[in-house]
Amino acid sequence: MELLLSIILGFMIIGAIFALHARDLLSALVAFGIVGYSLVICFLLLKAPDLAIVQIVVETVTLVIMVAVILNSTREEVKDKLRWQSALTIVLALLFIGGLVYFYQVAIAPLDELGMHTTRMAEAYIEGAAEKTGSANLVTGVLFDFRGYDTLGEATILFTAAIGVLTVLRLKGKKAA
Amino acid sequence: MNGMSRIVKKVTQLLVSIIFMYGVYIVTHGHLTPGGGFAGGAIIVGAFALIILAYGSDALKLHKEEAGSSASESLSILMVLILAVIGFFVGGMVFFNNYLPTGVVGELISAGTVPLYNIFIGMEVAAALLTIFIALVIFKEESK
Repeated sequence: MELLLSIILGFMIIGAIFALHARDLLSALVAFGIVGYSLVICFLLLKAPDLAIVQIVVETVTLVIMVAVILNSTREEVKDKLRWQSALTIVLALLFIGGLVYFYQVAIAPLDELGMHTTRMAEAYIEGAAEKTGSANLVTGVLFDFRGYDTLGEATILFTAAIGVLTVLRLKGKKAA
Repeated sequence: MNGMSRIVKKVTQLLVSIIFMYGVYIVTHGHLTPGGGFAGGAIIVGAFALIILAYGSDALKLHKEEAGSSASESLSILMVLILAVIGFFVGGMVFFNNYLPTGVVGELISAGTVPLYNIFIGMEVAAALLTIFIALVIFKEESK
């Protein structure tokens, strides 16, 4: 299981790196799709079908929109020349990655095995949640009953995003100004 | 935006109602099976985006559609807030209180307010994503 997850994570990292360096933006987008759909497989392996459904649908819709945007704009990436500052940037990035990996190892050392631990709060949610909320799906019960505030926040984020897009993309107000 | 070829239009005709019904199913059965408001809303947006991409649409019609989706988005998030405030006043002074009878676990009409939240969040997600999509299409049409 962990081996399989590691292989899929490796694919995701390769896809992300290729997406950064692809010359053609459309192939970069396809490589980006590898990352998203591998994440779906990871969610399914970790027994989270709710997340997997959301991820696969959102990934597909955003991919369609981004393909439409790329086909209507430019397919060539703007190239940067490699300068001497970039060497410094790469060294700094590698140092930061090393530091982050080290502290991550330190932080997860006292935890239990992958997927095995339950915290005190999770136990309180899991025990008798179906009777308390009446919802057979525990995830929905947590989302809309125990953690209603979080769901309201997420919906507000979407609302704000739509308002922001409408504000940025209006043409009439810009012409008048 | 121009439409696509006849094959794409026919396949869209055949598929779009099934996709829409699947989205509605995911939303309304959110408290029984995996999924819920967020996933179902995104699937419903897929149906609408498929129609717009396959058949094409002129900017005038899209403006009307954008006004409708924007209004339904605002109304559905307002309904979520109203439901939460009703829960606050009905019992216990707790925001997001589940005040309706929970019924039998596993039946379609059960779990109190959870299916209502599911439906309104699904409407909110669908309308918000559709508004963003239509705004992008209109921007492309009008900036020519």
